[in-house]
Amino acid sequence: MHEKISHSKIARSWEKADNTDYLKNTHPGLDDDLVRFISSIKQEPAWMLQHRLKCLRLFQKTPPPAWGPDLQKLDLHDIIYFAQATDKQVQNWNDVPQDIKKTFTSLGIPQAEQKILAGVGAQYESTVVYHNLKKEFQAQGVIFEDMDIAVQKYPQIVQEYFMKIVPAGLHKFSALHGAVWSGGTFLYIPKNVNISQPLQAYFRMNARGMGQFEHTLIIVEDGANAHYIEGCSAPHYGANSLHAGCVEIMVKPRARFRYSSVENWSKDTYNLNTKRAWVDKGARMEWVGGNFGSQTTMLYPCSVLRGEGASADHLGIAFANTGQIQDTGAKVIHNAANTSSRVVMKSLSRGGGVSTYRGLVDIAPQASHCISQVECDALLLDGKSITNTIPVINVRNDSAVIAHEARAGKLSATDIFYLTTRGLTEDAAVELIINGFADPITRELPLEYAVEMNRMIELEMNGSVG
Amino acid sequence: MLNIENLEVKIKNKLILQDVNLRVNKGETHVIMGPNGSGKSTLAHVLVGDPAYRISGGQIKFQHKNIKNLNALARVYAGIFMVFQNPREIEGVQLNRFLFLAYNAVMKARGRTKSVLSVFDFNKKLLAQAKLLKLSPDFLERSLNKGLSGGEKKKTEMLQLATLEPKLVILDEIDSGLDIDALKIISRAVNKYKTKDNALIIITHYSRILKYVRPDKVHVMVNGKIVDSGKTQLLQRIESKGFNQYLN
Repeated sequence: MHEKISHSKIARSWEKADNTDYLKNTHPGLDDDLVRFISSIKQEPAWMLQHRLKCLRLFQKTPPPAWGPDLQKLDLHDIIYFAQATDKQVQNWNDVPQDIKKTFTSLGIPQAEQKILAGVGAQYESTVVYHNLKKEFQAQGVIFEDMDIAVQKYPQIVQEYFMKIVPAGLHKFSALHGAVWSGGTFLYIPKNVNISQPLQAYFRMNARGMGQFEHTLIIVEDGANAHYIEGCSAPHYGANSLHAGCVEIMVKPRARFRYSSVENWSKDTYNLNTKRAWVDKGARMEWVGGNFGSQTTMLYPCSVLRGEGASADHLGIAFANTGQIQDTGAKVIHNAANTSSRVVMKSLSRGGGVSTYRGLVDIAPQASHCISQVECDALLLDGKSITNTIPVINVRNDSAVIAHEARAGKLSATDIFYLTTRGLTEDAAVELIINGFADPITRELPLEYAVEMNRMIELEMNGSVG
Repeated sequence: MLNIENLEVKIKNKLILQDVNLRVNKGETHVIMGPNGSGKSTLAHVLVGDPAYRISGGQIKFQHKNIKNLNALARVYAGIFMVFQNPREIEGVQLNRFLFLAYNAVMKARGRTKSVLSVFDFNKKLLAQAKLLKLSPDFLERSLNKGLSGGEKKKTEMLQLATLEPKLVILDEIDSGLDIDALKIISRAVNKYKTKDNALIIITHYSRILKYVRPDKVHVMVNGKIVDSGKTQLLQRIESKGFNQYLN
């Protein structure tokens, strides 16, 4: 169907970094050659190339998941697995190409950077074009780097953890990710370093039919404390797009880490994302997530509580509108004694959208005196929308205390009436009730993200769709 | 101020109120008493425009305008306010933020553009009113009525009443679930509202609150009809004989 183009020709077209047609010569599909090409253009060490090729084999022989939403319409031969928007990293905002800058400006990145960003790593297509880290953090030894560069600059630590927390063999899309991953963030917080401002990155996918396979690797050393936040948005295109990112987080003893994300992929995207943290003794991991957009999302951030007294919080909200499936949840694996977890998941469904909570709590035999609390709350905004709850609780130690609570409800006409008797229009009342429903999650986000999330909910409500 | 004529109300084709006539003038306080299920609360809800009920006959005139076809929003703009018997608990909707939106919307709708306030000024005003009700300031930042006791809920209702400055106030079972201290505080707030420009309708099946808030007129409602009306002497008769005298 497509014409094979030699890699050198592609490389030449990339060198020109033509802002309008940089994707002209990229081609869909995946083979050994492409994997080798990605690795060579990134000048990767041999181990990474070997890793990619191993992952490719694994991808080819692994069947798609036998559970969850239907992925049959996702044509894996029709995805562009690699494209490059600009050929080098820039540190200074003034050096960022104009049209890319325009995209970021419309997303509010520069203003945010000036005010509160501690550092920005924004991914435009597959190459990080803008990366900056405030000087004081650099002085404390914090590394906030494009993942491609981290492979070159910090080979030892990258090799120690890369795809160890999320193994390639986890499922078909983690294998695919391992073969074609490109860009993403590497974050290293040294021992006992405490960073109160959130570190931020913004991802955007904008070429038709293009995949995005960014890799995020975060190492939080003993006793350190930090918060990383990223947002994703993608404009609307007609072809099926695939996002199969991967996030790996190592939270070492007594460290504390929060990972927040607001994802808003275009409504034709398959968002098949894998996020996982290892949490050591006395450490704490917190996930805060908002999922909007995409046609099908499968995302279940996972915490593996490996050390005694480790704890994890999973807070999330998903909005399924017309034609969307939000299959999201949380996985917590209690592998050590006295570990605790709390999961609070909220979903909104409208216009026939399907929200599913899919979760796992696993208590290993050796993990005594664990506590886990799961709360799922679904709000149906009309009669044709659907919500499902699929919790799996696997307790192999009798001393565990497990609570699971699931609620599904409709917008209450009585609540709306009550608010209108106080002077609010029906629309304003509905908006207030929905924002209130989302509030336990939004309030955990930094202000500008909370505002953006409320705006996204509002957009979904006023929606041109549904 | 309020003139109800031959009002008939149905819910799912079942007759709930019939032939209700009531005239409330400026400066008056009326009490409507009656046993549970007599239709008192229905009347209150109908007056504020609850879409769950259908008016199948009669008129409701407020300040000489027929308001029968106005929705709840238009009625609060016009100046009618009900203190709910069971205020709704709404998670995540912070009382002060919600009331800020409501207050400014109501003031704008009434053409009182000078009364429209900034968040800062509004919160100052709200705090002062909360103090009068002995309502701790941290309630203002909590989710609307969420996890509040009966008395606390009634206080936040009174706070909303004071904020939205209505002309006609309907108190639906305001005294239920109140201990004596809360009853006194609420009564004091209600009495503040008894001015020559306002009117009050108190709906209750106890005469408890009437020790603190003196009505001008008393009505008895049974089976969806007002079966007796009179001055405060009627209270003593109800007190001694109960509602049974009206039941056959």
